Amino acid sequence: MRIKVDTSRCTGCKLCQQICTIEHYGEINPKKAAIRIGAEFPEPGVFTPRLCVQCGACARACPEGAIERTGSADAFVLDTSKCTNCGVCVETCPIGVMYTHAAAPTPVKCDLCLKCTEVCNTGALTVVDSPRPTSR
Amino acid sequence: MYGFGGTVLRINLETGEIRRSPTPESFAREWLGARGFVAKTIYDEVPRNADPLGPENLFIVAPGVLTGSFAPCGSKLGFGCVSPLTNGHADSNMGGHLGPEIKYAGYDMIVLERISPKPVYLFIDDDAVELRPAEQYWGMGSLDLEARMKKDLGEDFQIATIGPAGENGVGFACITHDFGRQAGRCGVGAVMGSKRLKAIAVRGTKSLAVHDLPGLTKHTYDIIQRTKPHPNMEPWQKYGTALFVSWANEHGCFPSRNFQTTYHEGWEGISGEKLAEEVLVTHKACFGCWMNCGKYSRARIPGKPDTYLEGPEYETIALCGGSCGMTDIHHVAYANYLCDNLGLDTMSGGNVTGFAMECYERGIITKDDLEGHELRWGNIDDFEHFVGMIAARRGIGELFSHGTRAAAQKLGRGTIEFAEQAKGMEFSGYDTRWYSAQLLSYCTADIGAHHNRSWAITADIELGQDTPVGKAPVVIYLQHIRPLFDTWCCCRLFWGELDVTPEEHVDAVRHLTGWDITIEECMLTSERIWNLTRAHYLERNGGPGRKHDVAPLRQLEERIPTGPAEGRKVGTENFEYMLNDYYANRGWDAEGNPTREVLETLGLPRIADRLEKLGLLGKPIPGGIPKVRGQKLKPKAM
Repeated sequence: MRIKVDTSRCTGCKLCQQICTIEHYGEINPKKAAIRIGAEFPEPGVFTPRLCVQCGACARACPEGAIERTGSADAFVLDTSKCTNCGVCVETCPIGVMYTHAAAPTPVKCDLCLKCTEVCNTGALTVVDSPRPTSR
Repeated sequence: MYGFGGTVLRINLETGEIRRSPTPESFAREWLGARGFVAKTIYDEVPRNADPLGPENLFIVAPGVLTGSFAPCGSKLGFGCVSPLTNGHADSNMGGHLGPEIKYAGYDMIVLERISPKPVYLFIDDDAVELRPAEQYWGMGSLDLEARMKKDLGEDFQIATIGPAGENGVGFACITHDFGRQAGRCGVGAVMGSKRLKAIAVRGTKSLAVHDLPGLTKHTYDIIQRTKPHPNMEPWQKYGTALFVSWANEHGCFPSRNFQTTYHEGWEGISGEKLAEEVLVTHKACFGCWMNCGKYSRARIPGKPDTYLEGPEYETIALCGGSCGMTDIHHVAYANYLCDNLGLDTMSGGNVTGFAMECYERGIITKDDLEGHELRWGNIDDFEHFVGMIAARRGIGELFSHGTRAAAQKLGRGTIEFAEQAKGMEFSGYDTRWYSAQLLSYCTADIGAHHNRSWAITADIELGQDTPVGKAPVVIYLQHIRPLFDTWCCCRLFWGELDVTPEEHVDAVRHLTGWDITIEECMLTSERIWNLTRAHYLERNGGPGRKHDVAPLRQLEERIPTGPAEGRKVGTENFEYMLNDYYANRGWDAEGNPTREVLETLGLPRIADRLEKLGLLGKPIPGGIPKVRGQKLKPKAM
């Protein structure tokens, strides 16, 4: 299972970012979300949601072993109790979707809670069944 | 305090002094935000004779209580001042993303005082607040500047700008944000320009304090799931407000050629369907909106550069399109771009240009006045040249830069009879000759003929289009509902089109703030705002109120010549009947002045004192004011 992003359908409404921080921090703060929305305006006029594809590169790089995929879950999840906020994962992420925020004690990472796909009304973010990424 | 940023920011542009104070909770609860904050502050602090473009006017930026919350489309941001167009209270709001950003930076109201000696822009990065030099930006187009500042500051700043029209003090200059969202009306952009404030750039990274986050989350989540399959969802997502073009033509309320008629030959070329087919690039939403009525477009016209912007939406199509005789959606989108980049409100801008086109048609203005150009219906080159003259206030552009009323007063020759305006504010994109409640809405509104003060078109259909009876109480109700959306700062379309009730929005306010607030309390706030801004208008412009609530002669006495509403007019007698009914139902006297009784009922005794001193207080009503003012009616969606 993964989240499929269709940039042509994103309208930049930021509902996904709001629900993300409500779910993970009990706060409303789009800048803390594990999903970012690039906006290429005025030309060509396109929104590009950017979020983790669960490739596992961060997990392999983490010196504390704080990022793990547990059981049959498809997400690599950050264990905040093990994380020392060293920043290696953020630097390692090949597509730049491990985020930081001044008020977040550890990097911000998507854990596939799927809440964003529930509020999205345009089909920009949808859940698809797909084989687990092969890494690790 | 839950639900608010917590800080009021005051900036003296002359001295550069920046003051912060906590937002008083009593003030927040009484006025709720944006339009309410603006109305109260402007009334209390701007001297009665202050020049709208002078140092004593204030320029206020204020989000509302639901801005930036998880409530349905809590995206709105209010701007306020005294209007250079109407010389009365002014507020105008925009969607997009700037309002939430200001809230996340921690601010509930930013009051800008005096005039900066040099061009500046306001830079806010959470607690860092600076006035930064803007000489390098002065003279730039609104859209061009936003693109430039996004590059200079970074994508995560939200930016509002003015164009040359705002710098030059055009009476209907707007403020632009997000490549096509505007606070368009009342000339708020001119006041911003008069302060030499070219732009506002904000980044906010703080969390919003919520009283009951699980409650608010469930509340909105349930509304999202409930409204996703609503039958209006798909057409709104596909076409946005432009879907209304076909309906308005079929129902005889679409302005064609300066409101000469109400069915536009060739409307199919500028319809929502045509927009989606021809110019749409992507759908675009305001913050927290899942209906995405914003349509981002590209205009392609041979011989002109391709232009991008958000729009055109219905009002622009009606006024730059229909009212200027256009029949090609590319031309309307290009006209939209021109106005946006110059910093002209497309509604007043389109209306004024349509009015000037009729003046040209009648030979009242000529090529000599237009620097050798013509001003023909539907001609995009003529349009381009003329709006350029307005924005620069060059030649006859100066005459039209203060709106149709001011232009007609100078031109004479009966032009005032076809200047479609009320209180100096140009009509929105609805002709009213078959929609008398809408005419009453326009003419009694504090800021003049703006549809968002009360949109009564479908209410007219429900109440009977050919009768003036029963219109006034419904208009009052609608005039009380609308301020709520302008103070809560969530989009009214969820109410109008998706059946999310005002009560549900109040529930969101309760979850957010923890207040035991009710819809009745909110409606009282609305009525308080409405009476306060009425008093403000009278104090600045003299009384009695009735002399300001005037309709254009075309709407009253000129029969619609073609289309589904052929032969219709409102009639002076019917209009006077509605006005009398309106004043009586508001608890104002027969001259349209608020009475002490109604002002005291609303907790505004000081305003009654002020009006009394100025000889503007209404005479007591024999038998007292109505207990309930206004009659509830939820207009059907189209």
